[in-house]
Amino acid sequence: MDRELEYWLKLSRISNLRTTNRIDLIMTLGGVKNVFEAEKDVLLKAGFTEQHYKDLYSDELNQDIKNTMDMCSMNDIKIIPISHDEYPEMLKYIPDPPLVLYVRGSIPKANAVAIVGSRKASGYGIETAFKIASELALSDLVIVSGMARGIDTAAHSGALDEGGKTVAVLGCGVDIVYPPENSNLMERIIKSGAVISEYPPGIPPSTFNFPARNRIISGISLGTLVVEAGLKSGSLITANFALEQGRDVYAVPGNINNYNSFGTNRLIKDGAKIVLNAEDIMDELSFGTVPFERKKRGKVKIRTTGLGERGRRIISALRIEDLYDEELSEKTQINLMDLHEILLDLELRGIIKKNITGKYMYIS
Amino acid sequence: MFSRVSTCGLIGLDGFHIQVESDISNGIPVFDIVGLADTAVKEARERVKAAIKNSGFEYPIKRITVNLAPADTRKEGSGFDLPLALSILVSSGIIPQKATDDYMIAGELALDGSVRHSSGMLCKAIAAMELGFKKLMVPEENANEVSVVKGLKIYPVKSLKEAAEHFTGVNPVQFKAYEEVFIPSLHMYCEDFSDVKGQKNAKRALEVAASGGHNLIMIGSPGSGKTMLARRLPGILPDLSFEEALEITKIYSVSGLINQKTALIRERPFRSPHHTVSAASLVGGGSNPKPGEVSLAHNGVLFLDEIPEFPRRTLDVLRQPIEDGVTNISRVNYSVTYPCKFMLVAAANPCKCGYYGDFTKKCTCSFRDAENYLSRLSGPLMDRIDIHIQVPTLKYTEIENEKAEESSEEIKKRVNRTRKIQQERYKTHGIYCNAHLKGSMIKQFCKVDAKGKKILRNAFDSLNLSARAYDRILKVARTIADMDLSEDINSKHISEAIQYRALDRALRV
Repeated sequence: MDRELEYWLKLSRISNLRTTNRIDLIMTLGGVKNVFEAEKDVLLKAGFTEQHYKDLYSDELNQDIKNTMDMCSMNDIKIIPISHDEYPEMLKYIPDPPLVLYVRGSIPKANAVAIVGSRKASGYGIETAFKIASELALSDLVIVSGMARGIDTAAHSGALDEGGKTVAVLGCGVDIVYPPENSNLMERIIKSGAVISEYPPGIPPSTFNFPARNRIISGISLGTLVVEAGLKSGSLITANFALEQGRDVYAVPGNINNYNSFGTNRLIKDGAKIVLNAEDIMDELSFGTVPFERKKRGKVKIRTTGLGERGRRIISALRIEDLYDEELSEKTQINLMDLHEILLDLELRGIIKKNITGKYMYIS
Repeated sequence: MFSRVSTCGLIGLDGFHIQVESDISNGIPVFDIVGLADTAVKEARERVKAAIKNSGFEYPIKRITVNLAPADTRKEGSGFDLPLALSILVSSGIIPQKATDDYMIAGELALDGSVRHSSGMLCKAIAAMELGFKKLMVPEENANEVSVVKGLKIYPVKSLKEAAEHFTGVNPVQFKAYEEVFIPSLHMYCEDFSDVKGQKNAKRALEVAASGGHNLIMIGSPGSGKTMLARRLPGILPDLSFEEALEITKIYSVSGLINQKTALIRERPFRSPHHTVSAASLVGGGSNPKPGEVSLAHNGVLFLDEIPEFPRRTLDVLRQPIEDGVTNISRVNYSVTYPCKFMLVAAANPCKCGYYGDFTKKCTCSFRDAENYLSRLSGPLMDRIDIHIQVPTLKYTEIENEKAEESSEEIKKRVNRTRKIQQERYKTHGIYCNAHLKGSMIKQFCKVDAKGKKILRNAFDSLNLSARAYDRILKVARTIADMDLSEDINSKHISEAIQYRALDRALRV
């Protein structure tokens, strides 16, 4: 088995060769082992160049693979080739699946939905992502996202909060915590589901890796929900991949003047399914080509227990939009002097948060 | 013949007695000035020569030696022209030596013999009084400036001829005495808080800052009104006392920034150096050290707009002045001390492009840049800023709002009241406002009730506040309690003070 794993790793490392070519080759030869036993001519015919052939047998690659395998066994990282049982079924059908996945935790077998969005998210986006993720998790759907700041973090936490399963797809090695403040979240994700990546351990995060990792996020999932996205957001790349892969694209509408909703509103205009709650996604999934069975349903309640009447008034105002203290004071008719105390209380309970511009946002 | 006339030199803001001695003897006609005179003083030769001639006197074609005593101290500036010329007139027997004996004389000469405005005259007048002089002869343009010094007879002169005729008794000059009245200006500030629409939270924070003398930083997108708010801060600071006004005027006098009509500067200064300012012009410097922006902001407001754009080196030199209230500029032979007790008001955009977290416009910064922009400020300077607030961008409806806003004068009344409470409390402790509380004094004066303590403890655990934030919060809470006329600090005061620590919290959107 170890020998075969080594073959998979080696094959996955040959650069500039389309994955489909490699898979076709393995299929025709009847196994990865045969690739390494095949004549050079056969490989060259299958799309290999001289350079590829040389690389495949180079000492460097050998050493490299050995390092990777050592690192994986040391850090409790599983190496899962496309032939493996644990390899996500849905991912096998995308145009360019990764040959090998590096996994911490274990990838859940259930149906998955991706929730993605802007890193510079607003309170509206964070709350929506959190809430929909929680409700989908209640119905035993796996939430897939990228563990980035903002929406991604909210989606993962939403699922975890309801005891659901979630998968994070990284654009760097799975031994690296990026962004660093998410180290806690990462531990929780590993316990409940998995953190996966197509990049071997030790590869640092890079801007070039992220678009490619987005195809895995949408690839694992039945559909992709974009919660908040600007016009040039990476989430739109994920949505595009989802379309290419023949998966659903959902989007949460937003204020037409809010930059963070330009992208999602455009998606809706272009035909994405408009999503107001988790129910909308489940409705859509029941009609899909992939069997989806509705399970127990549930709604996530807003946490308002233990709050005074004025606290509740503040929250209902913040659920609509992020507000400055004085706007809040005007909307809720609470004196600015009294407001500070209530806001601090809510903030200490972790229900609201003040961002750098001074706006308060509801973070559920 | 030999003569001696008194004048005054300056080191920093302090004047010292200089005797201008001149001797006219037979020999090759030369005019020598000795006694460590700098270029401007040496050039006096030409001005004095022409002025004497053009005033209708005869310039002695003899060997003239002038000594500025004490001979081991540097002298600079143009204020020695008039005493020099008079001293020569005394030596040549036109003016009797006795007539000039009680006088201290200073002023610059023009070639036609008229007397010009000279800088630092107020400091010289104060020195004259302290040195025991009763009479001071100054350029007429400086007369108002020096008339605030008690116990001096001021003799303003327009020309060398007038001065000479005064001493010869031909045509004595009428003296001017100390002007009794000092009215702190009320209406000098054309910028009033009633012009600022909305921004209740920011106004409140500025009032707290003014009431307790706290340094403050404002964060907000371009156009949100940070500068507008800062400009109005001097208008709500407590009224200037005569001593404070005198200190400010001295500094401005030395810098040559006094307007000749006003005797004393009666409004609190507002200085706003651009971020390209050099470290030396900020704290003061030069070969003849001049006051920097921090000293020009003495008893007023130093406003640093776009503070993250200031080079770190420039900002770091601010640390000592903020802490000590004085700047020390050392040169090889001497050192100069200028006072600089100012309120620091800083403004910053939330990120380089200014729109981070403002979802109506696109923030073009990368995520990391946006996150790091304000963290450049962290460290020792931020340690000295008590209040951080965010200034929201106004919506159009608020700009249109016709509702009357509170005027600066009303706010100032409250500020004056709060300051009085503090002055009373700290009478015996050598400080006068809450911002200056230190170590043990904080424990003594900032008593927090049980509920407030609980909130404080919770806030530290869940908001990740730093230890340095602790003292700042207590001090600001003390001020808020004083504004509330409350002896103890309660939970409401603490909550508000914690709201003013925006930068200590997680910076992330």
